[in-house]
Amino acid sequence: MISKEQVEHIAKLARIELTEKEKEKFAIELSSILDYIDKLNKVDTSKVKAISQITDLKNIFREDEVRVKEKDTRDKILKNAPSKKGDYFKVPKILE
Amino acid sequence: MDLKNLTIESLHKSLVKKEFSCVEMTRDCLNKAKKETKELNNFLETTEKLALEQAQKIDDKISQREKPKELEGVPVAVKDNILVQDYKATAGSKVLENYIAPYDATVVKKLKKSGAIIIGKTNLDEFAMGSSTENSAYGVVKNPKDLTRVPGGSSGGSAAAVAANHCLGALGSDTGGSIRQPAAFCGIFGFKPSYGMVSRYGLIAMASSLDQIGPFAKNAEDTKTIFNVIRGDDVMDATTIDTKHKNNKSKFENLKIGIPKEFFGEGLNKEVKEKIESAINKIAELGFEIKEISLPSIEYALAVYYIIAPAEISANLSRYDGIKYGYSAGKSQNLLDYYCKTRAKGLGDEVRRRIMLGTYVLSAGYRDAYYNKAQKVRAIIAQDFKNIFSGEDEIDFILTPTTPTPAFKIGEKKDPLAMYLSDVYTAPASLAGLPAISVPCGEVDNLPIGLQIIGAQFDDDSVLDFARIFEQIK
Repeated sequence: MISKEQVEHIAKLARIELTEKEKEKFAIELSSILDYIDKLNKVDTSKVKAISQITDLKNIFREDEVRVKEKDTRDKILKNAPSKKGDYFKVPKILE
Repeated sequence: MDLKNLTIESLHKSLVKKEFSCVEMTRDCLNKAKKETKELNNFLETTEKLALEQAQKIDDKISQREKPKELEGVPVAVKDNILVQDYKATAGSKVLENYIAPYDATVVKKLKKSGAIIIGKTNLDEFAMGSSTENSAYGVVKNPKDLTRVPGGSSGGSAAAVAANHCLGALGSDTGGSIRQPAAFCGIFGFKPSYGMVSRYGLIAMASSLDQIGPFAKNAEDTKTIFNVIRGDDVMDATTIDTKHKNNKSKFENLKIGIPKEFFGEGLNKEVKEKIESAINKIAELGFEIKEISLPSIEYALAVYYIIAPAEISANLSRYDGIKYGYSAGKSQNLLDYYCKTRAKGLGDEVRRRIMLGTYVLSAGYRDAYYNKAQKVRAIIAQDFKNIFSGEDEIDFILTPTTPTPAFKIGEKKDPLAMYLSDVYTAPASLAGLPAISVPCGEVDNLPIGLQIIGAQFDDDSVLDFARIFEQIK
């Protein structure tokens, strides 16, 4: 069972603001999903190595070089920013 | 124009015989799509200018007596989490409502090069999270076979576009069943390739170790043709595999079909079960050996999926911070407040639920119990499949129902866990990175159902060839 306080903690880690009503709703829903997930405790994994991917690829290296892109890709990327100054993304003030 | 009975082959014949021009056909598709999406809500945008320009090029080629090849002149739709340059890519989310793709996804580049005509961007569950296409910030998509029911999800818009004959094929993305389940619900073919067969460059990431792009089409041949265009390793996606590694069956003789008993137990609709079993009997009559097999770890697949996918989601979606692109909350007290408000307003319920679930299973004190445990059980599931395909059983294909039931009613599944359970038969192949296709397998109460064919890793070609054999039985 996940408490409302735990939901508050997780939401803060995830950078999501929640209303009181949402906190209660998510506490119930997340608890029910975690109850279902708990069935994994029945599996003996003492001799198993964890995997994070499925194709057995090892590190893929490439040359550290600029790939020629369309000239305007950079402008198009910047155009999507909600706030910018010149060629930079504008970020809210961090230090007062 | 008879769009319903059009296939890639018949389209090419008609274009050569000048029964209609490519521009005329494209206009018909666009008009039908624009008219019917008012009811179905399956398109977020039609890409009219791009489509008509491409169609004109194809007409010019044909008038110079060049025969159409590959996907030349073939109208296709693209899920809105895949980038088409200079068009919006919202991924069904409010947070990306004004995002314009700065470049083409590799698959889109390949579609364009092969002469395909992209007619529009299709609706989806927000960031591909869902099994019904009810989670889109731009409204619910309806199933063309029954407007009171869901088309499945998350690629519901693409599946509906093909089923409603707005186009001959479509691209979707499949993380735990998001191509196969809607294909089954809409009565069409939907193929999830082996992980690594198709580049994910330009696909808006959900769960990177599971996401894979694949095709929808009305028949096995067209599904294969589209797959052959989009497949292949890509310098822009380091997880793609050089296709030389594929191990195709050279001939279709003495093949063994495995029927895993775990897919036919509790929870499977009785009539769906009967349909699937009767299909298996027909396959047996063709001379294939049918063998009951067991995949005991399958019981845990969905639990593993709902740890690993949310964990990767929580990391991938941290990029929606209101700085680089997308929705921004505007004036805030400080940076932290800005992030929290942007994400509260820009992201929908299901997305926030999965981000929080993923954050929890990765958080200090819980990582071992949940995330590491799930990665270990994933290894067991993958090994169980490997043993079936290459062990003493030497099974060539595994057959299962694609879904436990036909399409459910819009609004029927309000509990998130109940919705998750509709992926119970599709998540296992995703976790093991295996190729799997859903092929139409008759109807129950006038609603289509799907048979799932799962093959060994990188044996994608054989899965598609077997789908064709199955298609010809009926």
